Amino acid sequence: MPITSRHLLGLEGVPKEDIQLILDTATTFREVLDRPIKRVPTLQGKTIVNLFFESSTRTRISFELAERRLSADVVNFAVAGSSVAKGETLKDTARNIEAMKIDMVVVRHSSPGAALFLSRVVNANVINAGDGTHEHPTQALLDMYTIREKFGKLEGLHVCIVGDISHSRVALSNIYGLQIMGATVSVCGPKTLIPKDIEKLGVRVYYNVEEAIRNTDILNVLRIQLERQDRSFFPSTREYHNYFGITKEKLEKAVKPITIMHPGPINRDVEISADVADGENSVILQQVLNGVAVRMAVLYLLGTGEGK
Amino acid sequence: MKILLKNGHIIEPHSGLDLLADILIVDGIIEKIGTKISVGASIQKYELDGKIVAPGFMDMHVHLREPGYEHKETIETGLAAAASGGFSAVCCMPNTNPPIDDASVVKYIKEKAAKVKNGLVDVFPVAAATKGREGNELSPMMELAEAGAVAFSDDGSPIENSEVMKRAMEYADMVGKIIIQHPEDRSLTKGGVMNEGFVSTSIGLPPMPAIAEEIMIMRDVMIAEYANTRYHAAHISTAGSVEIIRQAKKRGLKVTCEVTPHHFTLTEEVVRSFDTNTKMNPPLRTQEDIEAIKAGLKDGTIDVIASDHAPHSFDEKEVEFLEAPFGIVGLETALGLAVTELVHPKILSINQLIEKFSINPRKILNLPVIKISMGEKANLTIIDTEKEWRVDVSKFKSKSKNSPFNGRILKGKSCGIINSGIFCL
Amino acid sequence: MKIKSKIIDEKGLERTLTRLAHEIIERNKGIESLAIVGIKTRGEFIAKRLAKIIGELENKEINVGLLDITLYRDDLRTLHEQPVLKGTEILFDVTDKSIILVDDVLFTGRTIRAALDELVDLGRPATIQLVVLIDRGHRQLPIKADFVGKNVPTSLNEQIKVKLKEVDEEDSVLIVQLDED
Repeated sequence: MPITSRHLLGLEGVPKEDIQLILDTATTFREVLDRPIKRVPTLQGKTIVNLFFESSTRTRISFELAERRLSADVVNFAVAGSSVAKGETLKDTARNIEAMKIDMVVVRHSSPGAALFLSRVVNANVINAGDGTHEHPTQALLDMYTIREKFGKLEGLHVCIVGDISHSRVALSNIYGLQIMGATVSVCGPKTLIPKDIEKLGVRVYYNVEEAIRNTDILNVLRIQLERQDRSFFPSTREYHNYFGITKEKLEKAVKPITIMHPGPINRDVEISADVADGENSVILQQVLNGVAVRMAVLYLLGTGEGK
Repeated sequence: MKILLKNGHIIEPHSGLDLLADILIVDGIIEKIGTKISVGASIQKYELDGKIVAPGFMDMHVHLREPGYEHKETIETGLAAAASGGFSAVCCMPNTNPPIDDASVVKYIKEKAAKVKNGLVDVFPVAAATKGREGNELSPMMELAEAGAVAFSDDGSPIENSEVMKRAMEYADMVGKIIIQHPEDRSLTKGGVMNEGFVSTSIGLPPMPAIAEEIMIMRDVMIAEYANTRYHAAHISTAGSVEIIRQAKKRGLKVTCEVTPHHFTLTEEVVRSFDTNTKMNPPLRTQEDIEAIKAGLKDGTIDVIASDHAPHSFDEKEVEFLEAPFGIVGLETALGLAVTELVHPKILSINQLIEKFSINPRKILNLPVIKISMGEKANLTIIDTEKEWRVDVSKFKSKSKNSPFNGRILKGKSCGIINSGIFCL
Repeated sequence: MKIKSKIIDEKGLERTLTRLAHEIIERNKGIESLAIVGIKTRGEFIAKRLAKIIGELENKEINVGLLDITLYRDDLRTLHEQPVLKGTEILFDVTDKSIILVDDVLFTGRTIRAALDELVDLGRPATIQLVVLIDRGHRQLPIKADFVGKNVPTSLNEQIKVKLKEVDEEDSVLIVQLDED
């Protein structure tokens, strides 16, 4: 059964079968990553452009590795030194790139809906690598893959996302994806960083980390974006760390060991203490490895087969 | 030139006139109203079949964009859109470049408008309340009024400083004019592009809370009460705003307000499409807000329906949502939406509709109310409330096509206006 | 689709596999450094059966790996439907091994080309030898099997259907006539 969409723009409303297929397919690619030659010829002849209008080292490298390991031709397009800096619009950029006969576009942009916008103006398959504060579907997929790898399932698990929920595409994609797969999601953070009416998405809200920890199997700790601090969403990083930072002391109060995730890059000893990030229950590095496999799966599923 | 309108349903709410009759117009003046007026064959005759003949409609909130943004709209195209939408008069907002904060700009607009189809559509400029619309120093209101400005507003931007607002209201009041506020507490809407609530949370768009509008209206109402002046809130959009105005009116304050057709037609749900034609300021709100607005229109809390016609060129709107400018065109859909959403569902009578489109704006601006009687200048809007039509932006007279209503079926349309001796179908 | 003839039955399959097992052992002079790799789907089960027979004959366990060649197919761009990935499972190092590559039917040779490419990417085998149950001809690439269960000349509007108990209801090999469109 093929995937039902030509693009991966977000996880909201994606059929459960599609997510299942992506995760299952990723298992195959995860095995490829353990081979001596970590490369398969699957997307030979396909040209993929990584359109990054926002700096992101990790996601771009992860996508680029995934693309190269599928033998695609890869073009990187970052804002610095490009015509975007000269005032060219996303639409113009996209049309120009398409004129160069690109098969797939991976796009990172600061505006919510940018990937959707792109999918409307180009014929290539579009993969959203993060659109502002909207969605970051491949991050949520790799998070789900990592959870499934550790727990053997997603259904019935309880995941708590801690941090700046208001400005987090990772949180939103995880909420949608995990709920579709039957997991329970809660969020925890200072009230100033919890968006209005989020309970209507079916998530429970905690303002107290200890309380959140008591009821969860997995903590997905978000990066605190220090650059947003000019609007003073919380008094100081010190206060944040003391009350919302994930530390060994807080985790010791839990009845069971809690799996720790973080989408990176980590502000050590702000949202998470170093010993927790590097601790035995941390799967942060597995997330990075699985990210490549999951992205290979998405590229494979969108990039092959014309019957969609 | 002689024109005979046959079998029009003439409605003049302020005088109670309501009859089926013919109207004979000679050189732009109503010469005769009566049944079975017979005239020679040389006269232009129009069979109206009972269509409504109302005092000419006015859209008191329009951005004509000239001078400065002629790629979006010009006075000529904007007035063509107004005529096509059934408006024989518009107020144009001062956020032009240069802004309307100098008498020369008022005169420029009036002179230019008078030349468009020989003055078919009357243009009443709303001048800036503060210099450069910057909210700091008062604009030369007396001079602007003398040049033809009918009201003052920094529209597009709110007058944020309370002291400046108080002085602007006092000064304008002395000139006999009103301050029209774009009510928005910008400290609460920084970076926002849509209503704050479940939808903004669901799709991650930066939010603008309803209270940003309400706080500003509340403050302004308090200033108006204290300064004992009039006050007009532009394009209100929330249930809270309606209630604040309702209470202010109950207390006898000289407070008025307007609402746009899109704010009683669409909810924030349509923003899920990320269509930049759903991006406007104030943003689209919730169904509850729509219900409150409809109730406010019905009980008279909301005085005026105005389009907030905000043209933007195709390429300005075809960008990412955050980068897109706020606003949609509205002149050519306002009447159709109002009849479809308010008259047919019996929220407003046709008389109330005429009040909100013709009588009340003129009263608020201290302009003479249009009369349909012998010897008066013919300034009429003719409406077919039963006409079903599909909105097609490619047929818009406006230079810009940024409407979220493209393709929508509406019931009710203007079939023409008469003003300055010209009949425009 | 209509069955034209049954060319191998259950007993026949057993005999063929036993013969192939003997040939493999004989030609390799034992099973030292031998490993069997089956191409999914039906090559997998034939490989496992061969391994079992060889293991019993030599009284020694033999490594079995499974190959899913989907990622190496040369028709991914043009395929109408997306193939489902089944995953390659080779848990031993192929380097310096003599790999017995197993498939059910040898036809155009494209599957074997893909399998060879994948095997080479997994390491550097000492040799790769090809075993097929049926060789039906019509090669499009210069590929030849080292061990053949049965040579079956076919026409292009015929198909070879290998049925195995592991996935089908019986063990048999059929020639079927393709429907004419």
